[in-house]
Amino acid sequence: MSVVFGRIYTMRDWFFVGLASLTVFVIVPILSLVVSQDSTFHVSQYWVTLIGKIMCYAIVAIAMDLVWGYTGILSLGHGLFFALGGYAMGMYLMRQIGREGQYQSDLPDFMVFLDWKELPWQWWYTDQFWWALLLVVLVPGLLALVFGFFAFRSRVKGVYFSIITQALTFAAMLLFFRNATGFGGNNGFTDFKSILGLPITTPETRMILFTLTGAALIGTLLLGRWIVTSKFGRVLTAIRDAETRVAFCGYNTVYYKLAIFVLSAMICGIAGALYVPQVGIINPSEMSPANSIEIAIWVAVGGRGTLSGAILGAGLVNYAKSFFTQAFPEYWLYALGLIFIFVTLFLPQGVMGLLRKNK
Amino acid sequence: MKTLLFALLLCASASPAAPAFAIDKTAVEKLAFGDADERSASIAALLAEGDPHAAALLEAVSEGDMQSAGKRILIVKGGQGIDAVTGEAVAPLPEGREDVVANNRLRREIEGALAAFKLLSPERPTRLAAAKALAGGADAAMLPLVKKALEKETDSDIKLLLELTAASMEMHSGDKETRLAAIQRLGESNSPNSRTLLAQAAADADDDIRLAAQKSLREVQGKLAWGERAGLLFAGISLGSILLLTALGLAITYGLMGVINMAHGELIMIGAYATYVVQILFRKTNFFEWYLLLAVPVSFIVAAAVGMLLERVVIRWLYGRPLETLLATWGISLMLIQSVRTVFGAANVQVENPAFMSGGIHAFAGVVLPWSRLVIIAFAIAVLISMWLLLTKTRLGLFVRGVTQNRAMASCVGVPTGLVDMWAFGLGSGIAGLAGCALSQIGNVGPDLGQGYIVDSFMVVVFGGVGQLAGTVYAALTLGFANKFLEEVSGAVIAKIMVLVFIIIFIQRRPQGLFAVKGRAVEA
Repeated sequence: MSVVFGRIYTMRDWFFVGLASLTVFVIVPILSLVVSQDSTFHVSQYWVTLIGKIMCYAIVAIAMDLVWGYTGILSLGHGLFFALGGYAMGMYLMRQIGREGQYQSDLPDFMVFLDWKELPWQWWYTDQFWWALLLVVLVPGLLALVFGFFAFRSRVKGVYFSIITQALTFAAMLLFFRNATGFGGNNGFTDFKSILGLPITTPETRMILFTLTGAALIGTLLLGRWIVTSKFGRVLTAIRDAETRVAFCGYNTVYYKLAIFVLSAMICGIAGALYVPQVGIINPSEMSPANSIEIAIWVAVGGRGTLSGAILGAGLVNYAKSFFTQAFPEYWLYALGLIFIFVTLFLPQGVMGLLRKNK
Repeated sequence: MKTLLFALLLCASASPAAPAFAIDKTAVEKLAFGDADERSASIAALLAEGDPHAAALLEAVSEGDMQSAGKRILIVKGGQGIDAVTGEAVAPLPEGREDVVANNRLRREIEGALAAFKLLSPERPTRLAAAKALAGGADAAMLPLVKKALEKETDSDIKLLLELTAASMEMHSGDKETRLAAIQRLGESNSPNSRTLLAQAAADADDDIRLAAQKSLREVQGKLAWGERAGLLFAGISLGSILLLTALGLAITYGLMGVINMAHGELIMIGAYATYVVQILFRKTNFFEWYLLLAVPVSFIVAAAVGMLLERVVIRWLYGRPLETLLATWGISLMLIQSVRTVFGAANVQVENPAFMSGGIHAFAGVVLPWSRLVIIAFAIAVLISMWLLLTKTRLGLFVRGVTQNRAMASCVGVPTGLVDMWAFGLGSGIAGLAGCALSQIGNVGPDLGQGYIVDSFMVVVFGGVGQLAGTVYAALTLGFANKFLEEVSGAVIAKIMVLVFIIIFIQRRPQGLFAVKGRAVEA
């Protein structure tokens, strides 16, 4: 057991993991719920939501780093997997509203609005929490499995893969924009009231979601480390560096790539499911191709092939985003554009590479 | 037109030989003093002779310029009076005149009659317009006039229209023989109007008429179905030409040079905005009609300049690292979008078409081919041909192909590969600008214009086969047709999704695209 622990992280890194856990599970909850609002140490609701949101993004960034940084597959479909997980959770939350909606109907409001009489098949059993949780991982996972199987088997790789995953995301976005698809059209889902019977906007529920997200993030990080330090992970890295050679050595690269792609999609689904109750809305614009490319830049900023870098990158870019969109909204796209160009030109190893060099 | 007609009346009256002209006196009197039905009947009677003076007279009635002085009927305008029947000038206007009041019904009838009257105009466009107006729905009272026009008509198009109009008028007449003949003639036509007419007749109480009408209706429907198919074909070609324009630039930058240019859509957008600026400059001049002549080269040069700048500053450092190029060019596209928002505002801007682009050709059976689409199809072909000539017949084209095939060898024999890259990228960007110029003529121009085309244009290039110009052409047309035909079956959004899914599956079956470059490389 200790061998595995030692393989994943050195003592020093475990210390940081412990510190992060302490912050997420103990310090922030105390500062937010117990310390009085007038105190300078109080963590406001705004920050809890913002950090919770960024932690969801960080989970996606780790998932992206596993396929891009370690396996060399740049997927532009991760925004789609994230949104699918979000939609699955959103369906459950919509059913939780029950008769408290505007039209006091058993059906979600938008269905009443469209004059639908009964739930379409996509919505069956979505009032059951366990089924919603299954959907959160199964839908992105199955899509990734089918899509990835055919793509990898036909040796679609590199930029081709990026472009067709982008087309897939784009097609899905168009599909979800339609009212007839049954997911609320371009308004998506919003106005959630409760989750598992708990009112969704209270600080306590928020804090539960926050710690769950933190646990998921730390869990994903450790899982990711466990994978990339295993033999399986070594093969992934080898595929990134010389796929043909790995294939000639007798490895069936299709299944290695497929496994990590599906796992990555499932992780994205979980992140999406944690994201939706915290921000309170999900709509098809989450699937826009632009979002998927942004995920790639989080990873690039932090440094590809370093899982903690992905977390760092997601945090930096998204903090900058929320700062800019409040202070100088019109300059955010310039800043984001410059980050894209600057990082690819001057920081191929990302911020982590910079930190390592200075050591 | 109205003043012209009055001038015609005056002019005739000014000539010394009296009477200047003669109009059926009883008809004029009926028009002025008769009851409602007599007045209506007199309109047709007056016009049946095809006398332009009669038309002027009617015009005056509906304008309220007709007055009566006892039994005498005058046309008075601007203090000058003429006799309505003889056209003689009436020098001192008699006292005690009364207005001949035209009510709305009469005015409407006169309007219809005057439209029909234009059938006798010597100008072909005027006659054609009149014939078309009548074909839309005409009063049965105009039948004699239409028949008269038909005798004189020499133009086959107008003749056909008039025959149909006459037939549809006869359809409403009481005589069974006439109606049957009319139904048969309508069966030879291919306009949606005759379908409506025949559908009515097909439910007629009379057996003979019903059977004849049903037979004719089937014929017309068959022809209309062909018309719809032809319309669909044209829509497919039109969409294909737009896809081709947007993808041609990418066929160079991505297909030949291998640069994943995610800012391609924004170069299209820049071309559209360049057109917008040129159009604004021309608005104040008298040459507005011709602004596209300048807008085409300007949009090319502006987009090409931006493209070359990007190549020098960013892209050339990333050759051989396609995924990084993808990210960097995406960053560029974000900055370009925001710059355009800052300069021109986030809202869409209005690009006005020159007059010759509006309207269209009425091909047949209700199929209209808009000029703007036709011009764009021709433009796409022109761009394609010039690009092909440039790549195959010029020194730059030779260099571009050489550098694409074997960079090291090209460099060894003295080709300045760096400069060639810059020029080739500029060329691709310039063609994107031309696409923007074309798109500005048919759709909205806004900062997000390019985002809508980036996925499509990549799909076209990938589907056609990277590095293949011919493949790009086939792919653009195939996707254009596929999209339009599926739209017919399943609606626009589903059609689009189906096409995307089809391409995704296709790429997995045949990753090299429709047309593959044959090679032995293990790693593509």
